[in-house]
Amino acid sequence: MNVLEVDRLTKYYGKVRGVENLSFALEKGEIFGFIGPNGAGKTTTIRAILGLVFPTRGGARIFGEDCISQGHNIRRRIGYLPSEVFYYDQMKVMDLLLYSASFYGKDCRRRIHELSEAMELDLGRRIEELSYGNKKKVGIVQGLLHEPDLLLLDEPTSGLDPLMQRRFFELVLEENKRGATVFFSSHILSEVQHMCMRVGIMKDGNLIKIENIETMRQDNYKRVSLRTKGVATANLRLDGVTNLLQENHTVKFFYKGNIDSLLAALAALDLVDAVIEDPSLEEIFMHYYGPVTP
Amino acid sequence: MNVINFEFKKYVGSLWFWIISLWSILVMFMAMYPVLARDAALVDLVLQHYPEELLRAFGMSGGLSLATVAGFFAFVFAFVQLCLAIQSAYYGFQFLSVEERELTADFLYSKPVSRSRLLLYKYVAAMAALLITNIGLIMGTFLSIEWFRGSMVYDVGVVISLLLSVPLFQLFFFSAGFLATALSKKITSVIGPAVGLAFVLYAISALQRIVGGALLALVSPYNHFDPNYILQRGDWNMPLVTLSLVFIVAANVVAYFMFMRRDLHAAV
Repeated sequence: MNVLEVDRLTKYYGKVRGVENLSFALEKGEIFGFIGPNGAGKTTTIRAILGLVFPTRGGARIFGEDCISQGHNIRRRIGYLPSEVFYYDQMKVMDLLLYSASFYGKDCRRRIHELSEAMELDLGRRIEELSYGNKKKVGIVQGLLHEPDLLLLDEPTSGLDPLMQRRFFELVLEENKRGATVFFSSHILSEVQHMCMRVGIMKDGNLIKIENIETMRQDNYKRVSLRTKGVATANLRLDGVTNLLQENHTVKFFYKGNIDSLLAALAALDLVDAVIEDPSLEEIFMHYYGPVTP
Repeated sequence: MNVINFEFKKYVGSLWFWIISLWSILVMFMAMYPVLARDAALVDLVLQHYPEELLRAFGMSGGLSLATVAGFFAFVFAFVQLCLAIQSAYYGFQFLSVEERELTADFLYSKPVSRSRLLLYKYVAAMAALLITNIGLIMGTFLSIEWFRGSMVYDVGVVISLLLSVPLFQLFFFSAGFLATALSKKITSVIGPAVGLAFVLYAISALQRIVGGALLALVSPYNHFDPNYILQRGDWNMPLVTLSLVFIVAANVVAYFMFMRRDLHAAV
């Protein structure tokens, strides 16, 4: 059964396009990445699913129910973490979390303490005293404390340091193992690749592709930048090299293929420096929809 | 109930401010009454020499002598109404818009409660705050009258009739704020519009009292709930009160439907 079904969802803010004709579905228990640059429509999609904004056309069903007319029932089973977190500044963290828990009609104290310990969150401080990263931790705890069946995470790692990002990913994976379905929006390809089973790529309000993450890995391009001792020459005998650019001591190209083959080919060169990295999102989009230039 | 409790707590601090403000107005003005009552004939004589327009503008020409308790209280109550109008309009502008302005809407409206129910809870909390203000006003009214009236007598019934009009007067301004919030894309400031609305409508009613005109009297709730009218006759100006009621119902219905379809925008 599909946990979330988005059907031709379209949202315009006046004449400004939010998302257009979006259709996709999430299966129970999957972690779905939703990736795209700022303004692509990721947040609009999540807000429409939550009933915070109203679709111009189309809609979504969650757990088989309409997300607008039955939103109040559906949200009982949803955990939501917005990209920017704001809470009632005068409240203490624990009071805010208990207020949040009071909406779900169950005792969440044990879970609040577990999550706060995992995220190293001080429950006794006032919201206004917290740094942005700590407010984000409050957001994480309040999004997970009622053990939701669907997690809607909108750019969840912004503001978290690398250690906390890791803890957070562990928590999300634990929730997923428990049975929660995860909808995870991000503009960072690596974290989506790390976490997700499938990924939807958004651009200009449209869902341009849904990829299985394994397929994407196999298809994945690497951006390779080399600095050579002598004047660089194109003596790389390697399949999968595209867009090769050479300039004095530098060589840049995209590579798609077996990484061992690449490393073996590089080992034969007289290098000063080598950088192998993921292409930027923009470059991935260009890969799908235009010429690729390293 | 969790939302009502939470929302009501937000009003507690400001409630004291408003109630003490009302008590201050009542005591400060009523403290002058014994002097006027002592020289009633002289006061009436002095006022006869004031320009009629000035007396009308301040509600001192309603047929009631300023030397009577009811006459003087009608004059005082105009300032009480101004204070109540600012408070009610402030709550009306504030009670929903605060979540969007302080960006806490994402937290509240993503909870498993329908939007209509959240609106109801917030509305009830605001009404409770206005009701408590009202109780404070009733206490302050009778305490200040009893404290300063000396041997002068007054009709308790007409004062009660005036006080009973207060909830509708409050609702008028609250509803106006609610409607403005629902119609606006974004409310960036609350106190400015609230004070502005209270004073503009007061100015319109003062103008109406000076220049007259039945049409102008339709505009302002200060005319609909004119203290002079009520304290002199002991009942309400029903056609104008009905007009207020129609506005209250219409404003709430329109604001409700607008809010139910309102997009709550993200912080960025």
